[in-house]
Amino acid sequence: MLLEAKNIGFKYGAGDWLFRHVDLQVEALEVVGITGPSGVGKTTFSRILADYELPNEGTVTMDGKPIMTSSYHPVQLVFQHPEKAVNPRWKLRRTLNEGWQPNDDFLDKLGIKQEWLNRWPNELSGGELQRFCVARALGPKTKFLIADEMTTMLDAVTQAQIWHAVLDIAKERNMGVLVISHDQHLINRVCTRVLEF
Amino acid sequence: MSILKVNNLSVSFKQYTSGLRQTTHQVISNLNIELVSGEILAVVGASGSGKSLLAHAILGILPLNAETSGQITYDGEVLTSKRQEQLRGKEIALVPQSVSYLNPLMRVGSQVRSSVRKRNAKQAQEEVFQRYHLKKEVGNMYPFQLSGGMARRVLVSTAMVSGASVIIADEPTPGLDKVVIEEALNNFREFADQGCAVMLISHDIESALKIADKVAVFYEGTVLEVAPVEDFEGKGDRLRHPYTQALWRALPQNDFTWIEGSI
Amino acid sequence: MQLSNKQLLKQPLNKRQRTLLVCIGLSIVVCVVVLTGILLDENRIATNLEVRNSPPSLDHLFGTDWLGRDMFSRTLMGLSLSIGVGLTGAIGSATISVILGLVAATMGKVADSIVTWLIDLFLSVPHLVSLILIAFAFGGGFKGIVLGIALTHWPSLARVIRSEVMQVRSLDFVQVSKKMGKSRWWITKEHMLPHIIPQMLVGVLLLFPHAILHEAAVTFLGLGLSPQEPAIGIILSESMRYLSVGMWWLAFFPGICLLFIVRMFDKIGDNLRMLIDPHHAHR
Repeated sequence: MLLEAKNIGFKYGAGDWLFRHVDLQVEALEVVGITGPSGVGKTTFSRILADYELPNEGTVTMDGKPIMTSSYHPVQLVFQHPEKAVNPRWKLRRTLNEGWQPNDDFLDKLGIKQEWLNRWPNELSGGELQRFCVARALGPKTKFLIADEMTTMLDAVTQAQIWHAVLDIAKERNMGVLVISHDQHLINRVCTRVLEF
Repeated sequence: MSILKVNNLSVSFKQYTSGLRQTTHQVISNLNIELVSGEILAVVGASGSGKSLLAHAILGILPLNAETSGQITYDGEVLTSKRQEQLRGKEIALVPQSVSYLNPLMRVGSQVRSSVRKRNAKQAQEEVFQRYHLKKEVGNMYPFQLSGGMARRVLVSTAMVSGASVIIADEPTPGLDKVVIEEALNNFREFADQGCAVMLISHDIESALKIADKVAVFYEGTVLEVAPVEDFEGKGDRLRHPYTQALWRALPQNDFTWIEGSI
Repeated sequence: MQLSNKQLLKQPLNKRQRTLLVCIGLSIVVCVVVLTGILLDENRIATNLEVRNSPPSLDHLFGTDWLGRDMFSRTLMGLSLSIGVGLTGAIGSATISVILGLVAATMGKVADSIVTWLIDLFLSVPHLVSLILIAFAFGGGFKGIVLGIALTHWPSLARVIRSEVMQVRSLDFVQVSKKMGKSRWWITKEHMLPHIIPQMLVGVLLLFPHAILHEAAVTFLGLGLSPQEPAIGIILSESMRYLSVGMWWLAFFPGICLLFIVRMFDKIGDNLRMLIDPHHAHR
């Protein structure tokens, strides 16, 4: 599997280019870090890769072919703020099973407790919610995972646990991972290669 | 000399669980903490664990459905909600998380001027802007025209000119890059060196350790341990509480490990 | 902690319970008015020339009119008819606004500009004028007035719902749902509708007073219901002629009752809105 972004450019409306001519290739089993100062468009770039935003120029392909957009997307994105990424009116079991049905072993690995499944989002902490968002994004059809400041708001213990689980699962499933973070230490720790944005 | 003391503070919220049943939900329990003039106390813990509420409780700006018990003393005097209102922004100042705390319809220069007491407002504002490398024109801008770094400096200026003796900074660094973080943290160190007591609330242990004198580890609404910065080194063997140790060891620059049951 | 019923009774009611009680109380009053209006014997308003023009008394609480008909019974029947017209109209309006709001916000740019244009068009003409025109076009009477109300009161609510849906649509969890391969219709139904239903309920309740007042106004002008259907507007307009001879009760009581009912719906709507508003929600 190869995720390839070629010559990507993006601008808001008719304004100036936020960035242009960005290329990136990620292979399965790679963990690629993206760093850079705030406001240069790292988040926008990751949203383009996961098809949340359309680029003004350039293409995103997988194994040389454009990605089908109408079904489960093979590139999944996990956001910085889990509170916004779950429907506050849904119990967490429903949110978890929106894309696929993870089994108990899988939930164990991510440290999701069974009793959390019957709770409402406002009853859990950010770290607990983020585990659900990660589990939801790791469906069997996910080929690449993009973590955009995924653990920035969490404490170090939760951060370590989530990352260990994600890296394990990525290896098992032959997935590629993209890490966007300001934390140089985290990038050094988990990535096989770093892109300076 | 301790200037602000929090004694046995508990904060709870009334909330509707399902339909009509209202329950009380405790977010801070039996918390004790002490701020000392000239020192920075970093309060670290996961986001959503109630750290910000501690700041709001000290300033007396909790939402209406909150109930508190315990005691907060400032300079030996017990704070009532009326007294908190008098001291807020004058003796005790908040450096909030983002520009959204500035009045969007008011030029930033006059917002900074409005918190000056005792001195010539215009002069004080110009001095502080110069000090934080803000151009004169910035004073005539509206909050939405500021970049993230500039906004940060304006917020710090506001606290600076107020001449407060206690400064509470609530997550001043998330999502900023290294250079801006460094700058913001140095500002707080300067405050302390001038004799202020600073409380730095953050989930980022690493940056807190750079400037703080003591670190209070916050977990599930209470402080587990207040440790001097020097104890955070090596394997963390000098730290007393197992959670603090786990937190230290879980950092990516250390072991990046986690222990089952430590959370 | 489980509380026994006795303890529960002793506790002061919390805000949500009080609001609910107010709403239930007001709804009961409305139901009673509507039911008595429907169930009242036609004979109560039969012409009885012996007691005509009598001021309010114990026999005739609201007095009688120039044909000796009991004004109390007439007012109740008029009110229940007006409430019926208002409610049907308001529900029709709300349905239109939800459909148009959803269409505008989810079906793409062309649909959005068409709906926005329609909203602006209807808002640019005073309600009353378009209401009269539509009622007239459908041949007046009950059908005309209900259709008129339904077709003229939707724009402001549609606008609210459109912006609400647009906001919900840009939320992270809705976007994620799309990437989980869910269809547009599924997302609208499962994620968005539950978010706007409370808004819609409040919208209907706050629409209602408008609807009923406009119905009364149009009928008063003689363009709505016919005199055989004694809605409040008819009663008021007929009474006007007798006011100058000092028969104040003919217009006073029906008018007060109308205002009272309208105010009640306003109150229910406001209370419900307070429950939904997150700033007040947990008090």
